[in-house]
Amino acid sequence: MPSIVKPVARHPSLQKNELGLTIRDYEGSMSTLCAGCGHDSITAAIIRALWEIAMPPHMLAKMSGIGCSSKTPAYFASGAHGFNSAHGRMPAITTGAAAANRDITYIGVSGDGDSLSIGLGHMCHAIRRNVRMVYIIENNGVYGLTKGQFSASADVGSKSKRGEANQVLPIDPVTLALSIGASFVARGFSGDKERLVPILKAAFAHRGLALVDVISPCVTFNDHSGSTKSYLYTRQNELKAAEADFVPLQTEIVAAIREQGVTAVTMHDGSIVRFRSVPQEYDPTDRQKVMNYLLEKQGSGEIVTGLLFVDETISSLHEQNNTSETPLSQVPYGELCPGALELEQLQHEFK
Amino acid sequence: MKPTDVQNAAYFHHVVDCQWACPAHTNVPEYIRLIAQGRYTDAYMLNRESNVFPGILGRTCDRPCEPACRRVRVDGKPVAICRLKRVAADLRGEIADRLPKIPAAKNGKRIACIGAGPASLTVANDLLPLGYQVTVFEKQDKPGGLMRSNIPAFRLPEQVLAEEIDQILNMGVDIRYNAPVHSLEALLSERFDAVFIGSGAPRGKELEIPGRRDTDRIHIGIDWLESIAFGHVDSIGERVLIIGVGNTAMDCCRSSRRLGGKDIKVMARRPREFFKASPWELEDAEEEGVEIVINYAPKSFVVEHGKLTGMIFERLEWDAGATHSRTIDEVFLPADDVILAIGQENAFPWIERNIGIQFGKWDMPVVDSTTMQSTRPGVFFGGDAAFGPKNIIWAVEHGHQAAISIHNYCEGVPVTERPAQGMNLITQKMGISEWSYSNDYNPATRQKMKHVDLVERFQKLNVEVELGFTPEQTAREVERCLNCDVQTVFTEKLCIECDACIDVCPLQCLTITRNSEEMDLRARLSAPALNLDQSLYVSAELPQTSRIMVKDEDVCVHCGLCAERCPTAAWDMQKFELVIPYAGIKACTNIPVLA
Repeated sequence: MPSIVKPVARHPSLQKNELGLTIRDYEGSMSTLCAGCGHDSITAAIIRALWEIAMPPHMLAKMSGIGCSSKTPAYFASGAHGFNSAHGRMPAITTGAAAANRDITYIGVSGDGDSLSIGLGHMCHAIRRNVRMVYIIENNGVYGLTKGQFSASADVGSKSKRGEANQVLPIDPVTLALSIGASFVARGFSGDKERLVPILKAAFAHRGLALVDVISPCVTFNDHSGSTKSYLYTRQNELKAAEADFVPLQTEIVAAIREQGVTAVTMHDGSIVRFRSVPQEYDPTDRQKVMNYLLEKQGSGEIVTGLLFVDETISSLHEQNNTSETPLSQVPYGELCPGALELEQLQHEFK
Repeated sequence: MKPTDVQNAAYFHHVVDCQWACPAHTNVPEYIRLIAQGRYTDAYMLNRESNVFPGILGRTCDRPCEPACRRVRVDGKPVAICRLKRVAADLRGEIADRLPKIPAAKNGKRIACIGAGPASLTVANDLLPLGYQVTVFEKQDKPGGLMRSNIPAFRLPEQVLAEEIDQILNMGVDIRYNAPVHSLEALLSERFDAVFIGSGAPRGKELEIPGRRDTDRIHIGIDWLESIAFGHVDSIGERVLIIGVGNTAMDCCRSSRRLGGKDIKVMARRPREFFKASPWELEDAEEEGVEIVINYAPKSFVVEHGKLTGMIFERLEWDAGATHSRTIDEVFLPADDVILAIGQENAFPWIERNIGIQFGKWDMPVVDSTTMQSTRPGVFFGGDAAFGPKNIIWAVEHGHQAAISIHNYCEGVPVTERPAQGMNLITQKMGISEWSYSNDYNPATRQKMKHVDLVERFQKLNVEVELGFTPEQTAREVERCLNCDVQTVFTEKLCIECDACIDVCPLQCLTITRNSEEMDLRARLSAPALNLDQSLYVSAELPQTSRIMVKDEDVCVHCGLCAERCPTAAWDMQKFELVIPYAGIKACTNIPVLA
């Protein structure tokens, strides 16, 4: 939409991170999504998280498929790598990329159509393989690009803009991921960056696949009174369950962090996720309990948000396959491909 | 914090830094847009409404608007507002038919103005269209006051000066040249309905140190400049010392350069950061080879056999704040002429002290700063005569205010009953991504004024040094204006708190947060401002979460992206027009904010 270029002028008190970059250095091109789209807020949260963790843009790869959500990698970190794949294939492409170059940090941005319909199988297997990536689902319950049909995450009874109610049961990416062994599961809301940014920072520190489902209202097709994914409905029915504070390794010593959290999880790089405002009996490291809690709340129509589950012990793609510590992209060609003679000998052994 | 009252014209007025800083509240962004459109005559007339002398001020204004310009806070250099004003004046077309019409039938009221400077001329400009008869008493044989006598022709050409003064005189001013007023009491007995005193601050300060009275080669700056302006002086010695470092000193040293001075030194007591002269005037003087010497305090004049040979100075060493000094040693500097430019004073020997006009501190008349009235009803002051030396644009504003008071006084309305300022706010949205103003931020740097070549400019006394902007420079400079008058206007009931405006704002001006008192709120903004002079625009509670929208006006570049990305048009870009009352206007129109 807007052909307007974002002014280059910057705020005089803009701060720099440890790489000497300001938050504006993590911006991408101007969004062409509808004005007020939740996806743009998620983009802003990603930009803030990347700036705060001082991610070198050239060490980041932005992966996506097809859909409104999948356009958003263009709107942040213009200095990063990127791959815009076929519809629903983002998890598969990312798995391949992660296998080839484990030094790069991967962020996949997908939507409820891309991940829960056409790409559901790919998503599930990426979760099973625990590919090290941040996997964001920008979840608005509708197909925005094709004029607002229900998506696979639309709740039963939720109304379309034309007034008809959805009758098909939804797929909830959070409980689905938990049921197939996900190691990091969170749900956020695009209208609450204060809580989304720490979740994203923790997700970047996670050693496997960090699934972040973000309720992201579609202002054009799904922000009306019959919607269950509107700004107002989400605010009225949100249950902030497991608020996370992300404590990077280096600030641990200098910053005084409140100790009131019931649980603290140490990430593999030494940083810590502290949980606060956690309901009684809730343990973000206990899959069974989290699952029970979510199903119970789901039954009462509440949208549970927060960093819901973390398990840093599950082996990742590289551990499962016992791959080389050196990224394959840096292994000399001669080693990667020992030649036809070697292959012939190998095949001979199986005869 | 309480929600901001945007129905009060002062709120949005303050956002327009330049207009707020201008004593006459010239509508700067609007006239810059008119220049951008090539509508020079319209730009000129808009200027003339508030500042009356756009051509003169476009060359000589003290420019309080420029240090205030928001562009300073965004990229370090203000928009060249003053020079753009000159562009409008230089390129304008015929305006005779657009000047106020003077009624043939007079209202029977006679007003006397003392001094034909900018203050009196503004009073005449405002009152003649209402049918007043205005008589101006001028001691010289030409009009203009300090604009003529103290501003050298190389900064302000005679023709520009004459043209704008004639616009007013031709409205039918009864001007009496060579008519100094020797007694106010006598003038009052002539039964004028009101008297306006705009006689300036005509006395240069003295420097009574040894040797002062022993030679005729020591000159008072403003008197010396006046002598040049009226053709009484046309030379000076080769070695000239100027004492003082204000703008008069700059005019004196540059005039000396043109009258034969070769070795010219401006002597300052204090370090450079404490100079009174405008930085651009210092630059212009140094460009002409004038030496500026700091930390020299005059001790005595050296006169041998009745001939000035130079001056003795004490060399000073200052502490950090330049409040205390220590004398290092004494130095003799040779000189053929010395010019004293250490300030001006008022002098009213011609006002009797028993006619009801009270004099207060420093023997200055007691004048009300709003009504400009003295303690004697019907006698008004303005310009430098009112509160001591200021500048032309202040004199103009005093003139406007005095004209309102005089009109009230003559109509039997209390002078304190003043028409209120009004405002108009009109949306600028033309369609998707289309605004009726140039909202793209232009990163161009400030255009540098080109000057006449040094050799050529010293040939004659009246070669105007500044050449004016080229069309290319004008085109670039107008785009640097941030259109601060196109305001971001917020309607909270429409907001769905999607954060789109906050995310897109390139200068982190916006925050949605819980309400609290100002300093706490400021600390929690997306990017806390360095300049606390600009307000926070605070909304009432938002419908969904009861938080508030806060906009820090400080470095907003008015790009309109917040309104562009707002799905519900809760943000809109609306052009603010301050409606300024002048004499004869009962009430200002006020189109209220939104519905």
